[in-house]
Amino acid sequence: MTSITGHSEADAGPSGDMAATGRVGDRVFSALATGSGVFVVSLIGLVAAFLLAQAVPSLMDNKASFLTSREWQVSAGDLRFGIADLLWVTVISSVIAMAIAVPIAIGVALFLTQYAPRRLARPFASLIDLLAAVPSIVYGIWGYFVLRDFVQPVQTFVESALGWFPLFAPLTVSGTIFLASIVLAIMILPIITAISREVFDQTPAAHKEAALALGATRWEMVRTAVLPFGKPGVISASMLGLGRALGETIAVTLLLSVTRGTFSWSAFAGGETFASRIANGSAEFDTPLKTGAYIAAGLVLFVLTFAVNAVARIVIERRKAFSE
Amino acid sequence: MAQRIDVKDLNVYYGAFKAVEDVSMSIEPRTVTAFIGPSGCGKSTFLRTLNRMHEVIAGGRVEGTVALNGRDLYSKDIDPVAVRRTVGMVFQRPNPFPTMSIFDNVAAGLRLNGVKTKAVLAEAVERSLKGANLWNEVKDRLDKPGAGLSGGQQQRLCIARAIAVEPQVLLMDEPCSALDPISTLAIEDLIDEIKQQYTIVIVTHNMQQAARVSDRTAFFNLAATGKPGRLIEMGDTAKIFSNPTEKATEDYISGRFG
Ligand SMILES: Nc1ncnc2c1ncn2[C@@H]1O[C@H](COP(=O)(O)OP(=O)(O)OP(=O)(O)O)[C@@H](O)[C@H]1O
Ligand SMILES: [Mg+2]
Repeated sequence: MTSITGHSEADAGPSGDMAATGRVGDRVFSALATGSGVFVVSLIGLVAAFLLAQAVPSLMDNKASFLTSREWQVSAGDLRFGIADLLWVTVISSVIAMAIAVPIAIGVALFLTQYAPRRLARPFASLIDLLAAVPSIVYGIWGYFVLRDFVQPVQTFVESALGWFPLFAPLTVSGTIFLASIVLAIMILPIITAISREVFDQTPAAHKEAALALGATRWEMVRTAVLPFGKPGVISASMLGLGRALGETIAVTLLLSVTRGTFSWSAFAGGETFASRIANGSAEFDTPLKTGAYIAAGLVLFVLTFAVNAVARIVIERRKAFSE
Repeated sequence: MAQRIDVKDLNVYYGAFKAVEDVSMSIEPRTVTAFIGPSGCGKSTFLRTLNRMHEVIAGGRVEGTVALNGRDLYSKDIDPVAVRRTVGMVFQRPNPFPTMSIFDNVAAGLRLNGVKTKAVLAEAVERSLKGANLWNEVKDRLDKPGAGLSGGQQQRLCIARAIAVEPQVLLMDEPCSALDPISTLAIEDLIDEIKQQYTIVIVTHNMQQAARVSDRTAFFNLAATGKPGRLIEMGDTAKIFSNPTEKATEDYISGRFG
């Protein structure tokens, strides 16, 4: 007899001697695993609920449009705040950082896996893994005191050559989005490189030999076998880097000149990201309504990062179809 | 355009390990030559020296000469990439490019050669797939992934990919070892057809297959594990299988080995 769900006598579980006895170790482990899973999920749920509860009253009191306003005025009794500027600066700084970091990371990873002699590749790879562990404040300080002087001439050059294009319009700001982007790029470079290196390294020898046997040069072999195989991995590595860049706080806060009330599409403007606005505004966390405004901004950042990670997940899932 | 191969005093190494020792042989154009011998005797290793694929492995190197129509493949002024475009290879395990469609797999070699014209590619893909006896099975799904085919179809796809660039020599390392008897037969028929145009070298563990498809047979053996493999004897397939000169050859083909 077959039921609607497709179960039949034959599907019945093992019985008699074959029945699962549920060994103690298994049961303890499964309880522990389930327990910690439930705990983590409910913790995240509670945090989200708490933040939302804090943000909602401020959003209700907000006299400006939260999504489209450029204002950020959170004095008591007169709440006007919007995230338009923050969203732009956050996204553009991260996008520029990605545009710089991803090609370099792919290049370094390809060099390490396909071109460099083994003797050189090993220590170099460990060095990159180490760089991934450097705290972001260190990058921030270094960017502030060292890199800025080197970026300045580049900036001047781009401004004079491409200044007609809004993204490169010249301005007189010392801590520019461009500078922050470069530091962000350097920060996310190691993690993207490290993951890309690993996926390139896993390219099956059979695919590489297939290309070589057809008379591919090494670069052609990379193009026909290594890059297509590694592409999903590189994409998810980039998403991971992007997630870090979007949420990076301390280095960006240190580097970006705060220029409230003056908005420009230029990468040579100052400004604030979600994270740096919140860090800069910490003195205003004195009443629940004011704090709520910052929490609302933080929630948007959370949603943004979450979306980026979700995309990365989807790409990784899709990749499974291609690995044998 | 088939070409002859002359190997002289070839030693093949993996780092310090000498895998194949002192092989000399001649392979005539438009013939099928079978390499037989026990596992580990260096058949694959030797085969891969014929298109300079051996040196792709870290530490892989050779001593001696391999001449294609009289030109030493290992002389300094020869580009290994050019060698591999002339001497094609089919591997033991089918290895189509997993992210490419059937069409793109077959076209891959031509694209590497700089062919871009759609019509030329389409024509070559059709000709190669027909040559590999695969056209009828895949002509309606050329845009589907090559990895979605059966093992036997994948192997014929790899053969199509190899012959699409019209090599002069085709090397096959146990091309049927992962295939069922019907696919095996299809590939044997295919070898029989394409030997009109190519010089073919095939490694096989299947004595019947060697007897069926090849004109000449080379028997490799190794004295003991850890010792390098050697070419024991080479001759017309009929002679090797009926009346070999060496005792070891006779023992091997009659199954009285080891
Ligand atoms: N990549 C490698 N690195 C080091 N030694 C290797 C490598 N590949 C093969 N060898 C060694 O070279 C010798 C010859 O191997 P080869 O694969 O050529 O044998 P074969 O005759 O093709 O065997 P089979 O019939 O099992 O395919 C063996 O001793 C093997 O261990
Ligand atoms: Mg072999």
